[in-house]
Amino acid sequence: MSVRFSDRSARAALAIVAAALIALAAAPLWGGRDDLRLLAEIYAYVALASLWNLLAGYAGLVSVGQQAYVGLGGYLLFALTILLDVPALVAIPLAGVIAASLSLPVAALIFRLRGHYFAIGTWIVAEVFRLLASQVSVLGGGSGTSLPAGVVTSIASTRTMREFLIYWIALALMVAIIVAIVLLLRSRYGLALRAIRDNELAAASNGVDVTRVKLIVYVFTALGTAMLGALIFLQKLRISPDAAFSVNDWTAFVIFITVIGGIGRIEGPIVGTLVFFLLRQFLADLGTIYLIMLGLVAIVVMLKAPKGLWGLAVERFGFQLFPLERRVVLADRGAPPPAQ
Amino acid sequence: MTDWINVIVQGVLVGGLYAMFAAGLSLIFGVMRLVNIAHGDLIVLAAYLALVTTNSLGLDPLMSLIIVVPLMAAIGYALQWLVLNRTLGDDLLPPLLVTFGLSVIIQNGLQEFFTADPQKLQAGDIEYESLPPLIEGVLIGKLPLIQFAVAVIVIAALQLIFYRTALGRAFRATADDSDVARLMGLDNRHVFALAMALSLAVVAIAGVLLAVRANFDPTIGPARLIFGFEAVIIGGLGSLWGTLAGGIMLGVAQAIGAKLDPGWQILAGHLAFLIVLAIRPQGLFPKVQG
Repeated sequence: MSVRFSDRSARAALAIVAAALIALAAAPLWGGRDDLRLLAEIYAYVALASLWNLLAGYAGLVSVGQQAYVGLGGYLLFALTILLDVPALVAIPLAGVIAASLSLPVAALIFRLRGHYFAIGTWIVAEVFRLLASQVSVLGGGSGTSLPAGVVTSIASTRTMREFLIYWIALALMVAIIVAIVLLLRSRYGLALRAIRDNELAAASNGVDVTRVKLIVYVFTALGTAMLGALIFLQKLRISPDAAFSVNDWTAFVIFITVIGGIGRIEGPIVGTLVFFLLRQFLADLGTIYLIMLGLVAIVVMLKAPKGLWGLAVERFGFQLFPLERRVVLADRGAPPPAQ
Repeated sequence: MTDWINVIVQGVLVGGLYAMFAAGLSLIFGVMRLVNIAHGDLIVLAAYLALVTTNSLGLDPLMSLIIVVPLMAAIGYALQWLVLNRTLGDDLLPPLLVTFGLSVIIQNGLQEFFTADPQKLQAGDIEYESLPPLIEGVLIGKLPLIQFAVAVIVIAALQLIFYRTALGRAFRATADDSDVARLMGLDNRHVFALAMALSLAVVAIAGVLLAVRANFDPTIGPARLIFGFEAVIIGGLGSLWGTLAGGIMLGVAQAIGAKLDPGWQILAGHLAFLIVLAIRPQGLFPKVQG
């Protein structure tokens, strides 16, 4: 008896994904400056939503405070490059590692809160980070600061090359985060996570170390989210506490994306991000009305189709892009039947 | 020295307001395990409703409560009956997401109608009057004192409703076991809607008092939610008088922080919350395990 993940449709899907990735990696050849910026922003949201999906959809840690790590990553990038002369491209992974180590004491505190109270606790932590950031006067205090030209030109000498490089890093980071999540979910921790998601008590009584598994997911998410924050603000070239720790930009939108696409599925955040950006391209001029509509869409999806758009598609077509379902194969075809 | 007494007295008086933010929040959490992320935005909505009533009817801000309280209670009943009751269940994500969506909708809706300009309810001379000082140099404003007194009355009233009335019995029965409560003939959808109506009635009082006290704009809701939440956790889950104590502690912590450095006001409150969470996660006066 053995366990398999993939089936024929999943292998076909993998081929399609690979082809799409090659086309996207070649975007500097076919796309303009604005296309690259938009695509990089889409990658960042896909990755942020995938991480939140892992946290909330799989580990049951419903956080509304992930802006803490986006902002922390951004501020670490600025601090490392401006104050310590670390090269910008080194500062991105470094920001992730520092944020991940800071997430341990944070987890020690907020893991004492359960369920909804955990959610608001994460928000308070993000507020503490925001208020502390606005006390750092070398980085502009409450009004923020810009990335000095020297730091920017050290990435690559020409503007075009810089833009290509940041674009490829955004693409690579998104792919790396999704691959890491798929691998995590296919490991024994993935089984533990699914057990926790279905019934925490039953998982614990079957020997799953629930707190440990949740902590691993929380720290991993902090690592990825902070790296994305560093990249986002490297692209923006400017940071301020309100932008870096914005609950709307980095949490509300991310949650809406995940729920609209389908929570608890790898594909959900990707579908959700595409819907989100489509809506934005058409409706962003409406300003506040657009945000009201986004809130309404999220509420309606949650009430009418709690598994999201991708969940609807899966129920109808039984299709998966990323092979995560475990299929038990009783005996390999052609192999002799097991001895009685 | 009188400086510091002043700081602490003002902190205590603001604490009453925070306790009212908290009371509505902990009421619905106690009855139906729902944390309303839009709670702070509903406080701001109540403030704007009071603004509209005072401007259009020429009422005194405190008199506007006669209209705003029943209106918010009706909104609460309808909100629970039409939307939030559909989200309740074992999964905590639907209520969280739906109230998060509501929060975004209320904030942007208020911005659309009233613009982002800061507003304030004018209560007239009483805003500036204070009691004759009992201690040299310590001034107690009439308005902050009224606010604190209202907070104590609201908490006491909630306590009475919870433990001395049939409605309170229904709340407690549904909170303990909603299935058994239903078998005993309670319609828990109706009970939940009444709990939300009561919660938003308290929100209305808090919103009006907030609007008299300070400037408000459509974006300040989430911070009020956080203050209320901190008061609940500091005080201990499930205890109304504990919530009042939690609100007072939060108010005092913020006042001390502001005295040390204006930039530290809110941060000091958050730190007080985190310290309580670190050394006494059940809160100072816990009643039930959350």
